[in-house]
Amino acid sequence: MKSLEELKAIRERMQGKVGLRSESEDQTRVIVGMATCGIASGARPVLNTLAEEVQKKGLKNVMVTQTGCIGLCQYEPIVEVMEPGKEKVTYIKMNPDKAKEIVDRHLIRGHVVTEYTLNETNL
Amino acid sequence: MYRSHVLVCGGTGCTSSGSQRIIETLKSELARQGLQDEVAVVQTGCHGLCAMGPIMVVYPEAVFYAMVSEDDVPEIVSEHLLKGRVVTRLVYEEATGEDGAIKSLKDTDFYSKQTRVALRNCGVINPEDIDEYIGTGGYEALGKVLTEMTPDDVIQTILDSGLRGRGGAGFPTGLKWRFASGNRGNVQKYVCCNADEGDPGAFMDRSVLEGDPHVVLEAMAIAGYAIGASQGYIYVRAEYPIAVDRLRIAIRQAREYGLLGKNIFDSGFDFDIDLRLGAGAFVCGEETALMTSIEGNRGEPRPRPPFPAVKGLFGKPTILNNVETYANIPQIILRGADWFASMGTEKSKGTKVFALGGKINNTGLVEIPMGTTLRTVVEEIGGGIPNGKKFKAAQTGGPSGGCIPAEHFDIPIDYDNLISIGSMMGSGGLIVMDEDTCMVDIAKFFLEFTVDESCGKCTPCRVGTKRMYEILDKITKGEGTMEDLDKLEELAYYIKENSLCGLGQTAPNPVLSTLRYFKDEYIAHVVDKRCPAGVCKDLLSYRIDADKCRGCTLCSRVCPAGAIEGKVKEPHMIHQDKCLKCGACMEKCRFGAIYKE
Repeated sequence: MKSLEELKAIRERMQGKVGLRSESEDQTRVIVGMATCGIASGARPVLNTLAEEVQKKGLKNVMVTQTGCIGLCQYEPIVEVMEPGKEKVTYIKMNPDKAKEIVDRHLIRGHVVTEYTLNETNL
Repeated sequence: MYRSHVLVCGGTGCTSSGSQRIIETLKSELARQGLQDEVAVVQTGCHGLCAMGPIMVVYPEAVFYAMVSEDDVPEIVSEHLLKGRVVTRLVYEEATGEDGAIKSLKDTDFYSKQTRVALRNCGVINPEDIDEYIGTGGYEALGKVLTEMTPDDVIQTILDSGLRGRGGAGFPTGLKWRFASGNRGNVQKYVCCNADEGDPGAFMDRSVLEGDPHVVLEAMAIAGYAIGASQGYIYVRAEYPIAVDRLRIAIRQAREYGLLGKNIFDSGFDFDIDLRLGAGAFVCGEETALMTSIEGNRGEPRPRPPFPAVKGLFGKPTILNNVETYANIPQIILRGADWFASMGTEKSKGTKVFALGGKINNTGLVEIPMGTTLRTVVEEIGGGIPNGKKFKAAQTGGPSGGCIPAEHFDIPIDYDNLISIGSMMGSGGLIVMDEDTCMVDIAKFFLEFTVDESCGKCTPCRVGTKRMYEILDKITKGEGTMEDLDKLEELAYYIKENSLCGLGQTAPNPVLSTLRYFKDEYIAHVVDKRCPAGVCKDLLSYRIDADKCRGCTLCSRVCPAGAIEGKVKEPHMIHQDKCLKCGACMEKCRFGAIYKE
């Protein structure tokens, strides 16, 4: 390596990876239901897609993690987005493509993707 | 791309409690459950909470598992890593709130009072992967000094930061660099790193080398640029095999990346580093002895002046700094001297790493701003003293330091305060002692260490420490006289004044400080022939309280010397002539019938 640019390139490439290990107060938490019901209806690819997209896009304040059964097994895979100071948003019947849309539209641009959310008509 | 990182501590503490096997089991278990492409296993350096090892931290949730065993691994994988259900029974107790919710580590007593600068990356990155170091801003400081700063700017920044040597004496680092900075480019100079950590109970340098080796390499290159040196040596003890291994890997990776070697960052600056292994002699931590040892000679000190900045390694101008000192440098360059100087006290800036040991709940490594009180360190961060015992004293500075008694419990810890109360910062070992510790015995322990480690070159240290040890031995056997105490003190001052190097000059400190604060204990040994803490074997005897003894015979069965006699259901007695004073009987007695006096 002979230049600062190359060092910077490595740093940026690694930041998404090492950044996963930082903790901050105002983090947005993206939670995927990974109980048996979730896994059976395809939660794992959703989880992996979300984690991958968040790292690829370099979203520093987003943490992607799992949880157990939320109790709405018929709507799995379920993804919850919890932003500090805002109401929890629950997305239902997710798949990897929808997950990418959520990263783009909700996490990056800040618009809740209402087509996929849980609402009264579902309940 | 991994969605989750599992960090397993690979420091010496956790390695010795089996973390390597945990890593292997974890990898095979992840593969078995098909998660190997989703979950990364990362071996890190020390997390600091060695008492709770082996330690495992799962990110992004930052769940801190303590005392993990191999058998727990399948459950962690199937429950937590697959289904996201935290295995609460393994979570570090302090990190679970009253309602059972998992708290952030930053909110636990152990971590909340700490400020991590030197230990910034320890327990966070994989020390064997240079990319991870770069990912947290590594080698950026080196890039900055080589492209934006003059060597004098660098020295001025270090001076302004107020950084003082973390190895013991606390000499201003920037001043040391300035002394060696003359005549750049015309003479061969050297940059050395003192990684010969020898104080019993101190292990912060080892942990930095194990957890973040690149920070030392980067800082040494910065020092090389500042004084105009092209070669560095790290003198590390061979007893630190993990540290040596990781340094070797780090040096190789840095060379491959061109961060060591010729023309770094195309600036025309050349710098390379080699390792030199020490055989573990305490005296080799003294700067002139260390350099003599690097030169290939027997590690013995030489008189100063000339100081190393003038005539050091191979007779050339040399700077020598300690591992922890170096670990602060890149952050000072990146974040500025003012940032560093904003932490700490008036004359001691920044943070200091302490190795907590002895009678304390949270044995391990902590990094605190200078000026934190001893009480905070012991009671809050250290979790207090086990079994509800009372704090008696803390020993800092190892064999060169002294004891801080309870009356100074609220003293803010910094270089000058410690010296004013007869101790010293030293490298940062902090050994906590409770009421069961005999201060004469402690002084004797440290003297025994210095007698062993004295290199023998100068008479005051070679003979003087031996004589002091003999007097202390006499006192602990109940054969001491009041004149012995005076002789001890006189000898102590003589050795301090006349020894050649720091080893001898500071060797009497443990005796002087215990004499200063615990003279009554010395007098009890000498006059009353009694050891108040019940430690000195020659001064105590074990006895059985006939009223409490039920005659269960347990004590006579555990006694290795057959010194206890008695019939079943009748009070027993101890034959004092046979008793070894091992205390096994007292430990086993269920009725509290055995006491020592």
